[in-house]
Amino acid sequence: MRRTSLLLAIGVVAIAALSLLAGKVWVPPALWASDDPRAIIILELRLPRTILALVVGAALGLSGAVMQGYLRNPLADPGLFGVSAGGALGAVLSLYFGYAAQAWLLPGFALSGAGATMALLALIAGRSGSLILFTLAGMIVTSIAGSMTALAISLAPNPFVASEIVNWLMGALTDRSWNDVALALPLVGVGMALLAMTARSLDALTLGEAAARSLGVDPVRLQWLVIAGTALTVGASVATAGVIGFVGLMVPHLVRPLVGSRPSAILLPSALGGALLVTLADSLVRVAPTVSELRLGIAMSMLGGPFFLYLLLSMRRRLA
Amino acid sequence: MTRLAAESLLVTLGGRRALDDVSATFRPGRVTALLGPNGAGKSTLLACLAGLRNPDRGTATLDGMAVGTLDRRERGRRIGLLPQGGDVHWDVDVRTLVALGRLPHYAGWGETTADREAVDRALAATDTAALAERRVEQLSGGERGRVLLARVLAGEPQWLLADEPLASLDPAHQLDVLARLRDVAAAGSGVVLVLHDLHLAGRVADDAVLMRDGRVIAAGPADDVLTAPLIGETYGVAVEIGTTPAGQRFILPLG
Repeated sequence: MRRTSLLLAIGVVAIAALSLLAGKVWVPPALWASDDPRAIIILELRLPRTILALVVGAALGLSGAVMQGYLRNPLADPGLFGVSAGGALGAVLSLYFGYAAQAWLLPGFALSGAGATMALLALIAGRSGSLILFTLAGMIVTSIAGSMTALAISLAPNPFVASEIVNWLMGALTDRSWNDVALALPLVGVGMALLAMTARSLDALTLGEAAARSLGVDPVRLQWLVIAGTALTVGASVATAGVIGFVGLMVPHLVRPLVGSRPSAILLPSALGGALLVTLADSLVRVAPTVSELRLGIAMSMLGGPFFLYLLLSMRRRLA
Repeated sequence: MTRLAAESLLVTLGGRRALDDVSATFRPGRVTALLGPNGAGKSTLLACLAGLRNPDRGTATLDGMAVGTLDRRERGRRIGLLPQGGDVHWDVDVRTLVALGRLPHYAGWGETTADREAVDRALAATDTAALAERRVEQLSGGERGRVLLARVLAGEPQWLLADEPLASLDPAHQLDVLARLRDVAAAGSGVVLVLHDLHLAGRVADDAVLMRDGRVIAAGPADDVLTAPLIGETYGVAVEIGTTPAGQRFILPLG
């Protein structure tokens, strides 16, 4: 397991370096710290974008791994929780009302949306610590947020706002600045620390809820850690990058064959794998020969949809 | 000497009294069978004893302390629970699975030598050491039953509570698991089993608690409790109780 994490970490460093190089303008490393005008591209555009890709990827990968362990379902994804849908709704509302002109308002709204979703979840399911209630509450919150988002698009004051909303919903890391890094990094850091604290409880849940509780797991504390950790990691990701789906679903599956199925064993590799995947995908959409830059969220969905299907088919074969 | 007891437990589930003033004392070094028809309250009683359910009134106590107020990890070290069904949600290897029984013992970063030795002992006690590298999904039903027992034993609890540990096992594996549970009691732990098979209960139990409709019909040494009139009162069926030529008790429902 340690070797896998080490290899993944080396991969992350390599991809991050590649991500700095790649783009419409190729900037060789020799120029990065020089007076050449292209150095600005590295310092003000590529470096924050790369760091954000790493942070968002790690956040999504880890929250996916925790979510699958918590729900004991390999098809679970942070999206199930409603946190990304709630965060997206917040951001959409800021676009709808035209507040997004101020740099901090859109992420602020997105975080508030994610936080409100978390509060709603806690209100519906928080005290019982019951998994079924929790999953259903997440689905309900997701569908409510989705319908509100659709409502905002259909009632958009003008076509420009509608297209702005739709564009934003697709998720991207284009033109992100150090402000976005400063916003995402601390929130994701705290959120990931909370999620890491669930490791042993997730292991115990392998044996089911009753056995886990008999082993000393406090289901209410665990649920709070999962809710708060996911709200912070996914909320901060949505606030800065929009909705980037499937990372949390795919990455744990990719690392399980390498490190085994024990939920705690896949946490660190999933965070590293998520960082690797998002940074790699973001580098590829930059160099892809498309007229306008391919949206990262779309690229990820194009990967994720077939992967999901493949997963389902292989599970069906195993069950048959 | 450790002592586990239910003291006047009252539990209401959906307006019905699942436990209605249930008192019983359990002794270490003995196998106690909780018996009764479906809905008698056996599993609810077990959940109260394990600290997973707080009764509406009364207390389940471990050495005089309310089980519900014990520190969760301490409770986990002292009371091992083998729940019904035997869920294993991830396809981990057997050794990893058995080591989960050590979770309440972990301090600091994780597994110590003592933990590894306890896992080895549990694997040896259940004859599953040879399966240690196998994955759970590759096990047969009987192997799986033994491995799940090893998981509880790895925690080396003073009390082992098991809900229907023999369900879905064939006769040979039922007797095998029973023999191992007897070994656990012989080593000094208290073993409390919810069983639905009267005959197997008659074979394994030192003590028995007969329950019906949330009440205790009779409790005490198996020889005193597993009598035709008391079993008849509990289940509403006539039974014949006898002894095989080899000295094994058998309980035969007549209808």
